[in-house]
Amino acid sequence: MATPSVVDATPVAAVPVKAKRRRLRFIASPKAAIGLGMMAFFVILAIIGPFIAPYDPSERSNALVEAPSAAHWLGTTHLGQDVFSQLVSGTRSVILVGLLAGVIATILSLLVGVTSGYLSGAGAESLSALSNVFLVIPALPLIIIITSILPETTDVTIALVIGLTSWAWGARVLRAQTLSLRRRDYVEAARATGEKTWRIIIFEIMPNLTAVIASNFIGTVIFAVTSEITLAFIGVNTSGDNWNWGTILFWAQGQQALAQGAWWWFVPAGLAIALLGTALSLLNFGIDEFVSPRLRGNGKSKVKTVDGHTVRMRVGFTPVLGFGRKDDTL
Amino acid sequence: MSYLLKRVAFYVFTAWAAITLNFFIPRVMPGDPVQSLITRSRGQMTGDAVQSLYVLFGLDPNESLLSQYVKYWGQLFRGDLGLSFTFFPSQVGEVIGQALPWTMALVGITTVIGFLIGTTLGTLAGWRRGSWIDALIPVTTFLSSIPYFWLGLIAIALLTGPDSFFPAGNGYDTGLTPAWDWEFIGSAVQHSLLPAITILISSMAGWILSMRNMMVTVASEDYVTVAHAKGLPERRVMVGYAARNALLPNVSGFALSLGFIVGGTLLVEIVFSYPGLGFLLFQGVGTKDYPLLQGIFLIITLSVLLANFVADLAYMLLDPRTRREG
Amino acid sequence: MSDAVLEVKNLDVDYGLGSEAVHAVRDVNLVLHRGEVLGLAGESGSGKSTLAYGLTRLLPPPGVIAGGEVIYHAENGDTADIMRMTDEELREFRWAETAIVFQGAMNSLNPVHKISTQMTDVIRAHDPDSTPRSRLDRAKEMLALVGISADRLEAYPHQLSGGMRQRVMIGMALALDPRLVIMDEPTTALDVVIQRQILGQLIELRERLGFSVLFITHDLSLLVEFSDRIAIMYGGRIVEEAPAADIYRDSLHPYSDGLLHSFPALRGPRRELTGIPGSPPDLRAMPTGCAFHPRCPKAFDPCATTLPVLGIPESHTGQQRTVACWLHPIH
Ligand SMILES: Nc1ncnc2c1ncn2[C@@H]1O[C@H](COP(=O)(O)OP(=O)(O)OP(=O)(O)O)[C@@H](O)[C@H]1O
Ligand code: SF4
Ligand SMILES: [Mg+2]
Repeated sequence: MATPSVVDATPVAAVPVKAKRRRLRFIASPKAAIGLGMMAFFVILAIIGPFIAPYDPSERSNALVEAPSAAHWLGTTHLGQDVFSQLVSGTRSVILVGLLAGVIATILSLLVGVTSGYLSGAGAESLSALSNVFLVIPALPLIIIITSILPETTDVTIALVIGLTSWAWGARVLRAQTLSLRRRDYVEAARATGEKTWRIIIFEIMPNLTAVIASNFIGTVIFAVTSEITLAFIGVNTSGDNWNWGTILFWAQGQQALAQGAWWWFVPAGLAIALLGTALSLLNFGIDEFVSPRLRGNGKSKVKTVDGHTVRMRVGFTPVLGFGRKDDTL
Repeated sequence: MSYLLKRVAFYVFTAWAAITLNFFIPRVMPGDPVQSLITRSRGQMTGDAVQSLYVLFGLDPNESLLSQYVKYWGQLFRGDLGLSFTFFPSQVGEVIGQALPWTMALVGITTVIGFLIGTTLGTLAGWRRGSWIDALIPVTTFLSSIPYFWLGLIAIALLTGPDSFFPAGNGYDTGLTPAWDWEFIGSAVQHSLLPAITILISSMAGWILSMRNMMVTVASEDYVTVAHAKGLPERRVMVGYAARNALLPNVSGFALSLGFIVGGTLLVEIVFSYPGLGFLLFQGVGTKDYPLLQGIFLIITLSVLLANFVADLAYMLLDPRTRREG
Repeated sequence: MSDAVLEVKNLDVDYGLGSEAVHAVRDVNLVLHRGEVLGLAGESGSGKSTLAYGLTRLLPPPGVIAGGEVIYHAENGDTADIMRMTDEELREFRWAETAIVFQGAMNSLNPVHKISTQMTDVIRAHDPDSTPRSRLDRAKEMLALVGISADRLEAYPHQLSGGMRQRVMIGMALALDPRLVIMDEPTTALDVVIQRQILGQLIELRERLGFSVLFITHDLSLLVEFSDRIAIMYGGRIVEEAPAADIYRDSLHPYSDGLLHSFPALRGPRRELTGIPGSPPDLRAMPTGCAFHPRCPKAFDPCATTLPVLGIPESHTGQQRTVACWLHPIH
């Protein structure tokens, strides 16, 4: 088994009655709950951001490179633009590209991963080889050469390029999962009764892949957001009124914000990226722990013995809570 | 052996795929890329250079795709990657050749060290769950969510200055001429410290986490319990039994994520104006220097493939099951 | 009893803490004598493995020892309570005095080390003064003992068959001349012929080397054949203990009776295969009184309310057997 993913081959057995309780249990994980809350905040900001921004992010003024004040909460740029407005308005582009690229890559990885895992033969083999090829080709440089030769770039084309180049990881994981599911009894049974292949895939295989798909989607969104911001930072897609957090950093870097001591110009955007990334990672930890409970860290790791010592629970040395005869109360 | 052969075949195939991709990308794009490149070069180009561009980037109206493809390979084998606009009239190959050693030294060394330190910390965190290292996990998650280049910016803002030990940019003291003497090497090391620390901090977090999770999984394997039952010393059980096995998926994960990591680390070079491929890439994007960008992409891809192959060899040494004959 | 090797007294083992604890082993008392094979049988989930791991303190989290003692009688007459040992004492004690062959021993060998490494590292840990030469010789000797040629020392586990791996584990278990070997379903993954071959070999070795065996399986017919005494577990408790022949001929507890009918006996007259109706108890919601009463064909008045205690039944006074069932009141 060479998959580095910790999601092992025992995905959630989808028992409908228990499904609701299971979902609740997912949110009950503090990591998942915090991640979900933070994500909700960013999504709402993406929707209302451009409306609540106090200024037009591109609007120039005479307040050049000014420190934060009541008028400009996060200061201004070299052109007198309001950094806070840029940050708030730019959220939309970040979330849009992240989600769109995530959806594209997830669909592709589902198509490639599940087909190459479920079907056998030369076609399936070459699909799997294709995803391995895309996996080792460094994605970011590839994205850079594609976007830099495009005559024109918008958020949508950026999302498309990212989505089309970053599906391979998901395809690989999904293929491995599908391969193991294919050998399960109920799938074998469905096949034996002559069930149509697409029905088996949609009704027997897919429900059991939910957790893996979700965790892959989140992983791709993280990658897409980082890529978009990186692209903007090195100067791809920075023209016009198209603001995102990377564009802010691009101008800050180009205008020597560091040398000018204009911390307000580059600190908030970076923090926003880190917070969004943390939110997504927390969601993913939640899924991981949900799928393989062994990773759950919240089990008590220290126990108190009868005579008041504290011992650590660990493999290989079972703690002893009490000695001698204990009154049998059961 | 058959495992090794399979891997070699795979890498050769992937290299071919990447080069072919490189051939097709400009050809499927709308418009005539060569014409727009010539315009951008402001008429500085000789006829030869234009001819070479047509072979590299396509659309010679008089030639079939196949013969273009054959010519393209011919040029690659001669090491001809075209002319760079940014560094006109230098060859792309030359420009990359000067930057490559810097990137190799910075990115190569820090990536490996980051993996080693991260794996070690992850081993301890997974082995002693609930100890202080485990408490580091949320912090490292946050750190790993920060883009490498932004962390670099912060490091420059906080740690550099007129009296600081850390220089704010460049690969060496600009007053020196590159040479293999102590003064130059010392200066190069001093200049690479801050970018290296930046890369280490952001790349380590992922390894800590994945190694920790693998350790937790492996710790409940039967052979670890047997190791305890045998009364072996704690270190032997942790290292020889648990970590030794948990390392395997981490090494293959390392190979697979090299492409991602290298992409991120190149950006660090930009903020530190470090004279490597990343900084070159940045300059190339700024001037739309397509030949340079394409050359960098090829070189990075080939290096990542090579590194992958080395990681595969390491995996083979570590896991006897891949050494099975037949 | 002067020739006891291991005495388990009132052992309680839980999974989890406080109100969430699952009591998987309850108030177990057992004595293992020198040179004897004690069989432990019971349905899946009855707590056999938990007991074995618990008394060696190898149970992984969330397992905890809630109470009890496990007294080990050393060769020189000293006694020690395993439950009170420090980690360091435990390390020294393990394998040298009690070795274990685990359930699913297919995965008991570390896949990345050679057999020789895994056989010698344990000798080295317990005898740091030994030379590499002597350790290797010992490893060869142990492999020969279980019928594996010495050239397999250089093999990796994946190059051995399941049966060979199991033999290697048995050989490894005997490497330090332990006085007690615990075997948790050592052969369930193997086919019947190999299974019997290995067990036969083990019994023969036991006679030669004189160690005691705690042998765990849910296959009672195997125990009848290979062990001296048998203890039957149900819902975390021992419900009957007697010499193997007595259990086979004249089991007292209705559950033992059911178990005996769950497997075809290899020798002797054919018995009817009836099995036991119903399913094992839920440890989180144990029935009151005798835990077996919802499934017991002979249950009567006291069974649902009062717990029968394990003891020598009045009808068999003076014999070496105990039972916990209201049908057989004790003194
Ligand atoms: N980690 C755990 N948490 C809670 N309960 C557990 C845990 N591990 C085991 N149990 C419960 O403890 C009981 C005893 O398990 P044990 O493995 O000792 O049974 P066993 O008799 O060895 O069964 P088998 O014949 O299948 O090996 C089972 O009912 C099981 O459900
Ligand atoms: S005590 Fe009662 S219920 Fe339990 S085994 Fe005996 S007869 Fe059956
Ligand atoms: Mg068991």
